Amino acid sequence: MVGSRVLRPAAQLLRSSPSVLPRCSFQKVTAPVAASRWRRTYASPSGSKEMTVRDALNEAMAEEMEKNSKVFVLGEEVGQYNGAYKVTKGLLDRFGEKRVIDSPITESGFCGLTVGAALAGLHPICEFMTFNFAMQAIDQIINSAAKTHYMSGGIQPCNITFRGPNGFASGVGAQHSQDYSAWYGSIPGLKVVAPYSAEDAKGLLKAAIRDPNPVVVLENELLYGLSFPMSEEAQSDEFVLPFGKAKIERPGKDLTMVTLSRCVGQCLVAAEMLKSKYGVEAEVINLRSVKPLDVEAIIKSVKKTGHMMAVESGFPSFGVGAELIALTAEYAFDYLEAPPVRVTGAEVPTPYAQCLEEMSFPSEQLIADYAAKLLRL
Amino acid sequence: MLSKFAPRAFTAPVRYNAGAPLRAAFRPVMVARRTVTTDAASSHADKEDVPDSDDAPFQVKLSDEAFETYELDPPPYTLDTTKGELKKMYYDMVAVRRMEMAADRLYKEKKVRGFCHLSTGQEAVAVGIEHGIEKTDHIITAYRCHGFAMMRGGSVRSIIGELLGRREGIAHGKGGSMHMFSTGFYGGNGIVGAQVPVGAGIGFADQYLGKSSVTLSLYGDGASNQGQVFEAFNMAKLWNLPVIFACENNKYGMGTASARSSALPEYYKRGQFIPGLKINGMDVLAVKAAAEFGKQWCAAGKGPLVYEFVTYRYGGHSMSDPGTTYRTREEIQRMRSTNDPIAGLKLKILEWEVASEEELKAIDRKAREHVDEEVAAAEAMEAPHATQEVLYEDIYVRGSEPEFLRGRTPEENFYYPERPVQVPKSPAQT
Ligand SMILES: Cc1ncc(C[n+]2csc(CCOP(=O)(O)OP(=O)(O)O)c2C)c(N)n1
Ligand SMILES: [Mg+2]
Repeated sequence: MVGSRVLRPAAQLLRSSPSVLPRCSFQKVTAPVAASRWRRTYASPSGSKEMTVRDALNEAMAEEMEKNSKVFVLGEEVGQYNGAYKVTKGLLDRFGEKRVIDSPITESGFCGLTVGAALAGLHPICEFMTFNFAMQAIDQIINSAAKTHYMSGGIQPCNITFRGPNGFASGVGAQHSQDYSAWYGSIPGLKVVAPYSAEDAKGLLKAAIRDPNPVVVLENELLYGLSFPMSEEAQSDEFVLPFGKAKIERPGKDLTMVTLSRCVGQCLVAAEMLKSKYGVEAEVINLRSVKPLDVEAIIKSVKKTGHMMAVESGFPSFGVGAELIALTAEYAFDYLEAPPVRVTGAEVPTPYAQCLEEMSFPSEQLIADYAAKLLRL
Repeated sequence: MLSKFAPRAFTAPVRYNAGAPLRAAFRPVMVARRTVTTDAASSHADKEDVPDSDDAPFQVKLSDEAFETYELDPPPYTLDTTKGELKKMYYDMVAVRRMEMAADRLYKEKKVRGFCHLSTGQEAVAVGIEHGIEKTDHIITAYRCHGFAMMRGGSVRSIIGELLGRREGIAHGKGGSMHMFSTGFYGGNGIVGAQVPVGAGIGFADQYLGKSSVTLSLYGDGASNQGQVFEAFNMAKLWNLPVIFACENNKYGMGTASARSSALPEYYKRGQFIPGLKINGMDVLAVKAAAEFGKQWCAAGKGPLVYEFVTYRYGGHSMSDPGTTYRTREEIQRMRSTNDPIAGLKLKILEWEVASEEELKAIDRKAREHVDEEVAAAEAMEAPHATQEVLYEDIYVRGSEPEFLRGRTPEENFYYPERPVQVPKSPAQT
């Protein structure tokens, strides 16, 4: 029996994780921070302060621009208008027109231009007003940015950060509501992160800007205005979060909920509902990073809980949830006490009417109910 | 300097309307090439020439500043119209504005969700175009679409109903403010610039089917910089498509003034190899004359045109934008008080004694009452039923759906009923 387990990829993974699923360790390249720092995610509550995700993103850009003159921001309305969602507020005043550049509405063009600037050694932050509009430019992101380093045999790097809000917002209809996590997450050559909290936002965006590869930062408009505690450590201008490292937002022994972005908050609420109603403890894992993905964290948790549930708000087919379940089946099958499940967005172009929109995306109640069902409560 | 605006007109000062009054025909060419203004009340007619009857035709002379041309012999600076039509155009503009004001109020009452882009100030464009084309012609535009949807035949209640997310809304509550469709109206599109080549495709279909219709593919000054706009220009010229690429230059794309987004903010020249026409978009008569001219041009097989309607939006980019951080209040106030398309037409109607002050007031009242009634009717409409049937209907043509689509969980998967394929009649065919 032990022998058969060893044949399972999970066993291999747990035995020798670095060689089986090597994670691009960020320190290899720039390493401005000691590795130990990254692990200390919780700081003493004393020095912590509240910050919105919007301000955290803004601070991340400002700090990196301060540190490195090669970093600049280009996008629609990022300068004089202070950002369509005010994420770049104040950057033009602080860094001037040379480094905070208002682009015409020409996504394919300006995205290509920033990729070119990255090939030539600058470190652009290419802002899309939303990722829905990056569909106009996705060829540049994938064919020009993501593949070049490989195609050149490692001769040509492309240090660029693509960022902007992703996923649905409220009441904006089908063309303005799509989640692209799975699209970008499927591309070798890209790194993809999806911050949830203010610390996530700051740490991941700063890491993205410093990372020598093209990185896609999938933010969420509905999170921009939410406040989260920022630990003393996260307030430092050296705070970065490693890619490929999930965060256990809430420990638990009965169920593993793997989720990302806005759904993390929903899962935390659902977990509390499960606790108060049934007394079960769900472990909520905030992926933080879509590519690379922290398979190890998932396996460790599933090994403990025996139950796996993926929660995301994208389209279900070929999605992040599908990938998480496939990985669980590949690496943690033997630890499962029930089939892994997923809660996702519905397979519907986002409708405008509120009552229909509500039926299209996961709700806290739905997550809790489905979890209860999985646990046969 | 002037020849730069209309190089060909210099050598070939041909006018199209042979019946144009002598004064126009002999007007020195130089005079015609004045800079286009946004004076909404610049056209001329002699009171004495205005007939008594509402449907007897008479001619209006457009101002020298109504048009500027690019690689194009200027269109006639005259417009054949009737008293009835002038009053209808006035009514239409008042009704569009009233409807937009209702949308504004409903948004502020938090009854409209998401984005809501109003066309207040730009009414002459939607109204003038509709009066210059036929129902069999086609229009496609961006998200600032309420006025177009209405002019294409959408009822006020269906448009407001859509904003309110109601089942009887023009898109059954599925589309919202940015996505409205109607006869010969292809939306209501949310991705800046993407509608432009789509419009070229509508023209392609007309050409393919041997129809003599014209398509107006509308876009903003901001959108004009999208690469696919230029791709569409190239194909349309290459294949001689009956399309008018029409830029609504309201001077800003969201918060960016046109000169900050466009290397050449003279949008009517952007077609390079396509003749262009710049039009006073605050003068509904100039807009109508331009639409008529373009329709004839395309029907004659002369290929595409690039238009620039110079206009102005009074409000913010969308309801969430105050619209005052990137332009001065004085600028807005000046446009409102001196270039308003409704006030401009009103002035002319009174001056030409097309209608009396009282008659216009009655029209105002009629438009107001109609819109208010319709808005009330829209508010009384029901929201869509929150059922799987409603959520999943119309993702595919009815009867041609896959067996099922996935829900948020497998329990919520929706299985379609067996039924014959019911392809809806395209609004284009009517
Ligand atoms: C491809 C794409 N990029 C960006 C946006 C966001 N956006 C919506 S409207 C707008 C400004 C467009 O300006 P303009 O074309 O001048 O039209 P106007 O709003 O003035 O009518 C922008 C940037 C979008 N909807 N689609
Ligand atoms: Mg504009």
